[in-house]
Amino acid sequence: MIKFQNVSLVLGGRTVLSDVSFEISPTEFVGVLGPNGAGKTTLMRAVLGLIPPAQGSIAILGKPAIRGNPAVGYMPQLRGQMAHLRLSCRDFVAGVVNGYRLGLPVLGKADHAEIDRVLDLVGARSLARRPVAETSGGERQRLLLAQALIGKPRLLLLDEPLISLDPHHQRSVIELVKSVQTELGIGVLLSAHELNPLLGALDRVMYLARGQVALGNVDDVITGPVLSQLYGSEIDVVRLKGRIFVMSGRYDVEHDEHRHDDGAGHHHHQHSHQTHPGDA
Amino acid sequence: MMVPVTIITSTRTKPIRAMLEYDFMRSAFAAAAIVALVSGAVGYFLVLRGQTFAGHALAHVGFTGATGAFLLGVAPLWGMVATTMIAGIGMGLMGERLAQRDVAIGIVLALALGIGLLFLHFFATFATQATALLFGNVLAVDTATVWTLLGLGVVCLVALAVISRPLLFASLQPELAEAKGVSLRLYSVLFLAIVALATAECAQIVGVLLVFTLMVGPAASAQRLTSSVGKGLLLSASLALAEAWLGITLAFYTDWPSSFWITALSAGVYLATALPRPSSTLRRQAARR
Ligand SMILES: Nc1ncnc2c1ncn2[C@@H]1O[C@H](COP(=O)(O)OP(=O)(O)OP(=O)(O)O)[C@@H](O)[C@H]1O
Ligand SMILES: [Mg+2]
Repeated sequence: MIKFQNVSLVLGGRTVLSDVSFEISPTEFVGVLGPNGAGKTTLMRAVLGLIPPAQGSIAILGKPAIRGNPAVGYMPQLRGQMAHLRLSCRDFVAGVVNGYRLGLPVLGKADHAEIDRVLDLVGARSLARRPVAETSGGERQRLLLAQALIGKPRLLLLDEPLISLDPHHQRSVIELVKSVQTELGIGVLLSAHELNPLLGALDRVMYLARGQVALGNVDDVITGPVLSQLYGSEIDVVRLKGRIFVMSGRYDVEHDEHRHDDGAGHHHHQHSHQTHPGDA
Repeated sequence: MMVPVTIITSTRTKPIRAMLEYDFMRSAFAAAAIVALVSGAVGYFLVLRGQTFAGHALAHVGFTGATGAFLLGVAPLWGMVATTMIAGIGMGLMGERLAQRDVAIGIVLALALGIGLLFLHFFATFATQATALLFGNVLAVDTATVWTLLGLGVVCLVALAVISRPLLFASLQPELAEAKGVSLRLYSVLFLAIVALATAECAQIVGVLLVFTLMVGPAASAQRLTSSVGKGLLLSASLALAEAWLGITLAFYTDWPSSFWITALSAGVYLATALPRPSSTLRRQAARR
C-alpha cells in the first residue's frame, strides 16, 4: 500500500527524513510516534504528494504519490477555525464532497447518500443539524474523521486525532477508527504522542526520531536498545500492567513531549496527567 | 457619476409611489439592489473565511484609486476597480504571510487614505467629493453608472458561482483541500479579486469607510440565523437588499443620509441576531442530553 524507497524529505533546507525505506500493507493499522518535529506530519504530507521527496521514491497502491489521490483520506493536524464556525455539522462534512470541482456546491442524491454513510460510520448522524461551533472536541474529531472518509479512501492518514481529548474520548476515537478500519478493510496511519491508548488497536508501530524510522511490532520497536539508537541517547522502556512507559533518564519522554505540544493552537490541553500509572 | 444632486426637501408626506417618480430614486434603488446582492453573496464567503478585514482594507486602497482617477479625469469607479483589483490579487498572492501583519496592513491603509486625501487636495470641489467617496451618496448614482454596476455585478456573481465549491472546501478545510488537489493560493487570489470588485461596487453606495455595513453585517447576521450554506447565502443577500432599500427609503422621507440609515439597519439586525436566544439555547441543551 505505502512503499518508501530510500526517501529523503527536505523542508526549507532542513532534512526531516533521510534515506528511509519501509513498506506498509493494505489493511494495516500503523501508529506513528515520535517527538515534536520528528516529521510525522511531513511524512503524511509526502504520502499525500504535497512534499515531493528530495531523493528516493514513494509509491501508494503501486503508483507514485500524487496530490489529489482519491484513494487517500486525510485528517490534518491543523484544523481551521472550527470553534467559530456557525455552519451545521452536516454542511461542514458536505463541503468536502467533490470539493475540487468547479461550480456551485449543489449536492446530488449520491452525494447526500455519501454524507449519510460517513456520518453513520462515525456515529455523528445526530450531530448533523447542530452548528460546528457548539460541538465538543470529541464530536469535532468525529466530524473530521467523517470528512476523511468521504470518497471511500483505501488508506486513512490521521494526524494526531487524539489531541486535546481526555483518556475516555481518546479510547473512543481509537475504537471508532479501529471499527471503521476493520469494517471497510482499509489501511490506517495514525500519528500520536502516546502509545498506550493505541496498544489494543495497533498492528505495527512506526517510531520517528532524528530523521530515522523504526517500523515493526510494538514488542520489537518499543525497546530500550531500539529507541536508544533512534534518539541517540539512553532510553529505558518500562512495562507496567500492560502499559508502556518510555523513559529518558528520570523523565517520561512521551509526557515531556506532550507538554510542549501546541500543534492544535487554541485547543485546550486537559491531558497532562492522564497516564500516570494506576489512574486508568 | 458622483454629481451632487439637489435634495428635494418637501418629501416628508409623499407616498411611496411618488418616491419612485424621481429618476434618481429609481437609479438609487436599482444600484442598491445590484450592490446589495453582490455584497451579500461575496460577504458570506468573506465572513466564513474570516477575511472581513480584507474587505475593509481593499476599500481604503480603493479610495486612493478613486481620487487618483479624479485627478486623471477618469470616472472614480474605474480608478477604484483598478486599485482594489491590484491590491486584492497582491493580498491573495502574499497569502498567510499577510494575515499576521496587522501593523503593516494598518500603516498601508492609513497611507492609502492619506495619499487619497492629497489627490483630493488638488481637486476643486474637495469636500463634496471626499464625503461622497468616504460615506457614499447613492442618490447621486446616474443611469449610466447603474448599467456599469450591473455589468460588474454580473461578473462578480458568475465568477463566485464558478469557484464557489472549491472555495467552500478551501475555506472549511484548507489542508485537506490542498491534499485533494485544490490550490489554496489560486482560490485565495481569485476570491480576493472578486472581493475587490465587490468592494468597489459597494463603495458606490455606502462609501469606502462603510463597506463593512453591506459586505459584513448581513453576512454575519445570516450566519447567526442559519447554519446551512445555501440558506445562509440567500439570507445574506436578502438582508443586504432589505437594509439597502429600507435605508434609501428612510433617507428619502427623513432627509438624513442613506448611508446612515443603512449602517443603522445593518448594525440593528446584527445586534438582534447576536442577542442570546434563551428558548433556542435551552432547546439545544435539551437535545444534547
Ligand atoms: N514549511 C516548513 N519549512 C521548513 N521546515 C519545516 C516546515 N514545516 C515543518 N518544518 C520542520 O520539519 C520538521 C518536521 O516537522 P513535522 O511537522 O513533520 O513534525 P511532527 O512530527 O509532525 O511534529 P508535531 O508532533 O509537533 O506535530 C520540524 O523540525 C519542523 O520544524
Ligand atoms: Mg505534526
